[in-house]
Amino acid sequence: MVAEIGFGSLFITLIFSIYGIGAAVYGAQHRNQAWISSAKNAMQLVFPLLTISIASLLYLLVNNHFEVAYVADVTSTTMPAYLKMTALWGGQAGSLLFWSWLLAAFTSAVTLRKWDRDQDLLPWVIVVNLVTLTFFLILNVFYENPFNMIWQDVSGGYSFSFIQPLGTIQIFPVQGSGLNPLLRHPGMIIHPPMQYLGFVGFIIPFSFAIATLITRRTDDRWIQLSRGWTLWAWLFLSLGLILGARWAYDVLGWGGYWGWDPVENSAFMPWLSGTAYLHAVLIKEKRGMFKQLTMVLSILTYLLVIFGTFITRSGLLSSVHSFAQSKIGPVFLIFISLTIIISVWLMSSRWRELRSKQIIRSFFSREGLIIISVVLFLGLLVTVFWGVLFPIISELVIGQKVTVGPPFYERVAAPIFGALLILMILCPLAVWTFMSYKNLGKLLWKPFLISLAGIAFPIIGGLDKWSAVIAFWLVTFVLAVNLFEIAKRINIRRNTEDESWWSSLARVLKRNRRSLSAMIIHIAMVLMALGIIGIEFFQTETQGTIAEGQELQLAPYTMEYEDLEIFDAPDGRNVARAVVLIKKDGRVIDKIYPRRDYYYDSRQPVTIPGVRSTLLDDFYVILVDWKEVTSDGATFKVYHNPLVKWLWIGTYVFVIGVVFATWPEKKKKTAK
Amino acid sequence: MKKILLWGGLIVFLVILGVGLFRSQQGQVNVGEPAPDFELISFKGEKYQLSDLKGNVVVINFWASWCESCKPEAKDLEDAYQSYLSRGDVIFLGIDYVDTEPEALAYLEEFGVTYPNGPDLKTSISQAYRIRGVPETFIIDKNGTIAFVKIGPFQSLAEILSIIDPLLN
Amino acid sequence: MKRATNTWLGLSILIVLLMLSVPAAGFAQGSDPTDDDVNAVAKQLYCPVCENIPLDACGTAACEQWRGIIYDKLKEGWSEDQIKDYFVAQYGDRVLAEPPKQGFNWLAYLVPGLVFAGGSFLLYRGFDQWKKSAPAAEESAKKSLDEDPSRDVYISRVEDELKKRSGGSK
Repeated sequence: MVAEIGFGSLFITLIFSIYGIGAAVYGAQHRNQAWISSAKNAMQLVFPLLTISIASLLYLLVNNHFEVAYVADVTSTTMPAYLKMTALWGGQAGSLLFWSWLLAAFTSAVTLRKWDRDQDLLPWVIVVNLVTLTFFLILNVFYENPFNMIWQDVSGGYSFSFIQPLGTIQIFPVQGSGLNPLLRHPGMIIHPPMQYLGFVGFIIPFSFAIATLITRRTDDRWIQLSRGWTLWAWLFLSLGLILGARWAYDVLGWGGYWGWDPVENSAFMPWLSGTAYLHAVLIKEKRGMFKQLTMVLSILTYLLVIFGTFITRSGLLSSVHSFAQSKIGPVFLIFISLTIIISVWLMSSRWRELRSKQIIRSFFSREGLIIISVVLFLGLLVTVFWGVLFPIISELVIGQKVTVGPPFYERVAAPIFGALLILMILCPLAVWTFMSYKNLGKLLWKPFLISLAGIAFPIIGGLDKWSAVIAFWLVTFVLAVNLFEIAKRINIRRNTEDESWWSSLARVLKRNRRSLSAMIIHIAMVLMALGIIGIEFFQTETQGTIAEGQELQLAPYTMEYEDLEIFDAPDGRNVARAVVLIKKDGRVIDKIYPRRDYYYDSRQPVTIPGVRSTLLDDFYVILVDWKEVTSDGATFKVYHNPLVKWLWIGTYVFVIGVVFATWPEKKKKTAK
Repeated sequence: MKKILLWGGLIVFLVILGVGLFRSQQGQVNVGEPAPDFELISFKGEKYQLSDLKGNVVVINFWASWCESCKPEAKDLEDAYQSYLSRGDVIFLGIDYVDTEPEALAYLEEFGVTYPNGPDLKTSISQAYRIRGVPETFIIDKNGTIAFVKIGPFQSLAEILSIIDPLLN
Repeated sequence: MKRATNTWLGLSILIVLLMLSVPAAGFAQGSDPTDDDVNAVAKQLYCPVCENIPLDACGTAACEQWRGIIYDKLKEGWSEDQIKDYFVAQYGDRVLAEPPKQGFNWLAYLVPGLVFAGGSFLLYRGFDQWKKSAPAAEESAKKSLDEDPSRDVYISRVEDELKKRSGGSK
């Protein structure tokens, strides 16, 4: 019953979506407002309709309807209700429907704004959005239907479809396979939704850009319109990446947070071009330059999103992240080929009309620095793209599979990030159009001294790795420059107004929202850099098999294996929980509980580390789950990760910065 | 000029994706195709070139010591080998897939396997046959064409014999 | 301008060189290899079967066997490079963390290098072009200032205000 409602609603959404495309195109060609309005209404309805489908699927998941193949695949009776709900995106079919639902959310939301000023863009925005949605709905309905039932024929073979094949009976299993244990973690509850929101969000700026190209407009209205949407999509995408990294660090047990896995990279690439876009668009708004570049970057970001989704889901690449082999590959390839070809054709045919005059006086002007940063982001983007594509090319050409792994990417990423740090030192000081060396020197010398003081401490403390010294120095320098700039603006206020320091700060924040949010975000990036430098340059590890009462040493700490409890937890897992004492200089300073969970239904173990986390370092202990865990001998892997907490602190500051940037302004907006 | 570069590059990119996708979706080599040639150097050091074995029925079995589902069929394969030994025109070759030599030899000893087995160096043989996992068995007729593909372990000795017998003429 | 370009290029090269420092892994020879010795080598290899998982983090039975091989070879006194070569001979190039620098695979490294060179060149050319358009604008701005003496009064008043607000600095 519920499955029928869910599928029916899904099918109706597809019909509405196709109708919307037709109505919008017809209305645009014949300048008929009635048809365009009708198309807009259809687009408005896709979200409520798909919500019915999602709600049905959730109902089926939570209530153990194992006759639905997807439910049997990703849930089991031992899972708690909240995990059954997150199983919605635990497998290919459900996650594709979830994707369509989020896409529909953005698509329907864009119909709610006032379109009076932009009547000519509207039909094409509708077309782009609905064509994309239609494609994903086709995948949902015809290729990966989450509402498929399980049928069994006379010879005992199984088949999966929505409509009952002749000569089969319906099966009602009493138990399901359960969700992959790696996914049963709080991080998994929030990471995929954030990541998907980040991905699908970019359809809106994309549709505005394409609509502009189709209507042959050469103004910047599309940039104005898409600013808020782009910022939010970018925020979600950044959060998705951050949460993925956090989850990897907390759960995956290799003491790291980023593996340069092709699927991770396919989320990183749109982020790079999205960040380049956000920077380029600043120049566009302030100085009117780089019209072509901003158009390209906005469209490129979305193209990278669908490219990323394609390689993740089509089976072209395999990784820990990718879904199982699927038949959606070929039709997906057709979709992205058409999207890319049409986008590139539109851009190239309007290229001349989008020309703008570029005038940059010096490297050190704000626009000079920004354009350098854009080139850096794009340079890293091209490298990552090449690294993802190369194994495919290599296998086709010479028949041997190769791995393009972390060393390849880090070699390029590290200098690029170093260069970006340098830019972050200069940018709060740079003014639009011109900057002289003298001015620069005057503004820099105080933060420079502070940065030297900052670097003195670690050097005195014994740091001799010169690359780390340079990295730390850059980090301190950026922090000093940005904080100085904020302090200076507060001081300027305080020289003329008689208010407390706090209200000065509040006023400065309100008046200089743009530049201050940029400074906060850059400070956040630098804090993250601090954490990354700590863990990348100074991580140490050790592994050993010890019995209860014995110790493992990893300077400057020692861990003692104190106790072990093995018990069955009520949600279908066997837990082996070790009690580990952390000692420093002979004294016990903390107690942590690394454990290994073994899930009976999926027959898979998961290891959850015990971590002692301070601002200075993380002491991270994993119970190795492919070896025996007993009192006489358990194998522990121990990591010492200095400064890594700053990576997470930086991410919190980052969120604050971006939310601050997007916070609606109190005064009435004239143009929206 | 720039346009040619742009569109040319785009086409090349899409073709790469297309061909890559096609390759990844291809299954194992099919019945009726000529069997891809290869050289196998057994653990004992003997060389076997598939093309030299034309005129015989060749049974190629991919396995690994870490593969649980390979174990049930190991004895059956050895028994089949023994039953055809006197005839001299049925060759059994075991291809050890990404395995480690000590464990592989231990596995062979455990199941009393006497026909030639060797490591699949650089995974070139398994790539040529496009296997998706282990165990998989490819039976090649006397003309060098693939006559049968078995994904997964054989259920019984009888099953193996029933497939090979028709090929003996 | 040339000075600035050179400074910029020099700085970026310096940073590239700095960031290239990589810690080398060492292990105890002769004595029984520890888990750490095995992991130091395993870290640099990838699981031949499951994609994109480093050998020290992989939990399958097969990976345990491969780590066992590393242990045996280390015990026999093999060097890190010898072990890596052995793995490549057995399982193919994909066990390495990067494509081996030979033949076709050189292309993997060539492209980022070309991109860096190309990007720098484009930037340099770009700045040259953008600056060329600048002097004309600057000249006209200067001219308008000279021609209108009354503007000076206002300018000096604004400067006075600014001085007051920034506390007399600058």
